[in-house]
Amino acid sequence: MEVLQDLAKTNILKIQNYSILSYHSLTNLARGPRYGQDTLDQMDIIGVGSLPIVLLSGFFIGAVMVLQTGAQFIRFGQASLTGDIVSLALVRELGPSITGLLVAGRCASGIASELGSMQVTEQVDAMRAMGTDPSRKLVTPRVLATLITLPLLTTISVFVGLLGGMVASVLSLRINATTFWERAIKILEFSDIMQGFMKTVVFAFIIATVGCYQGLNVRGGTQGVGRATTQAVVVASVLIIVSDTFLTKIALYLADKLF
Amino acid sequence: MSLSTTATPTFPAVGQAAIEFNNVRLGFSEGEILRGVTFSAQERETLVLLGETGTGKTLLLKLASGLLRPDSGRVRVIGKDISGIPESELLGIRREIGFVFQEGALFDSLTVGENVAYRLHEDGVDPDEIEPRVSEVLRFVELAHTFDSLPSDLSGGMRRRVSIARALITRPPIVLYDSPTAGLDPITSQTIISLILRLRDVYGVTSLLATHRLQDGFALANFHFDPRSKKVRRDSSPESSRAAPTRFLVLRAGKIYFEGSPDDLMKSPDPYLQRFLI
Repeated sequence: MEVLQDLAKTNILKIQNYSILSYHSLTNLARGPRYGQDTLDQMDIIGVGSLPIVLLSGFFIGAVMVLQTGAQFIRFGQASLTGDIVSLALVRELGPSITGLLVAGRCASGIASELGSMQVTEQVDAMRAMGTDPSRKLVTPRVLATLITLPLLTTISVFVGLLGGMVASVLSLRINATTFWERAIKILEFSDIMQGFMKTVVFAFIIATVGCYQGLNVRGGTQGVGRATTQAVVVASVLIIVSDTFLTKIALYLADKLF
Repeated sequence: MSLSTTATPTFPAVGQAAIEFNNVRLGFSEGEILRGVTFSAQERETLVLLGETGTGKTLLLKLASGLLRPDSGRVRVIGKDISGIPESELLGIRREIGFVFQEGALFDSLTVGENVAYRLHEDGVDPDEIEPRVSEVLRFVELAHTFDSLPSDLSGGMRRRVSIARALITRPPIVLYDSPTAGLDPITSQTIISLILRLRDVYGVTSLLATHRLQDGFALANFHFDPRSKKVRRDSSPESSRAAPTRFLVLRAGKIYFEGSPDDLMKSPDPYLQRFLI
């Protein structure tokens, strides 16, 4: 019983600390000092650095979507619907979630290992000892950079995914490229784009805050840094998938009520 | 070698302790480490914290800089009780304290010059003013040639000296040293101690120095830096001791086991203290 109580206390404390870190990461934006250059550096690392994997995976996800769905539509003689389905799936679901998971794998781990290394070598303490708030200097720039770059990366991923889908549909299903592209764009409504955008913003926040939390709470030297890095990817990925379900439900409800 | 900066140290009022611990307790999940620690360091005084590994020397330094908060008791720095104040207020107080970490804790992605200039950048000092000040401080620690080097290119002793330079760039009235000679060879250790002596005797800083090397404490007590000859020389005269007093605190089992002058420590018949003297 005591073990369970300790476990519950530890986890509640973790949630409390994570919530405080997340809260401060946003409220820091309202008051100085602000670290513009650090934010730009992080945008370069997170955004530009993630571009190659996002482009590559986006293209092939679009293509494989067409191959999978096209085969079914052909059976019913509705191959032209492929563009509609691929477009909706990419904008609403696959674009945000796949990009989110890829960036979580690359950046949540990167943030956790960087901050974790700083933590175990007392660089974070040194920063505090010199009168700098690590939450402002380390957390907020990373959160802001991810919030700005992930929606951009997702937009690029969706666009490249549609290109990949178009190439696959032309080569494999013999659908006219213009037809595919026109249907893919025409089917989209404002609510679809908003749904995708809302998800990317939440996913970006999860990736950055989980990475920062795991990094700043490293215990146990270099082994702890390794553990924190793995934990950051696992927790961020699971949170992305779980929150995706709820966000989809919320987005569908709002689309129904508002649009 | 001189060092002049525009920053003026904020010393406490005369007769007021620069650092004061009052019945401070601190524990972690593995148990209570500090069990009611009480002591004070007067202005310009050097307190040498001696103790075995795990007795809480580093914790005392972190409490003095507000990096940790006591579970109970009070910590006063420059007349301010820092035990329960919010982090935002602590950030300001920490600017009055220089902290030299055990392994240097230099920012490994920044050059030596950028590391030393860090606090000045944070304070929004005019960029034209920063470089000369950094160069001057680096000359003080005799590492002017490392300005553009990365910390990974430096030896352990050089990293500690850069850490000292970083701590003194804003001329803080209090400097905390966490085992500054740990793991260094005797000659490099001597260089570090000479630097601490110069800092004390030229600028009159109040220091807490955590160490497990008794010889570091005796060097601080028995040697002084002469600004005229610019040399460190043996001088244990009462005048020198009054100008820059050095006391020893020995930690044991979470409490102050011994507090006194180097002479008191030398003459103590206590078997535990004798173990440090062997």
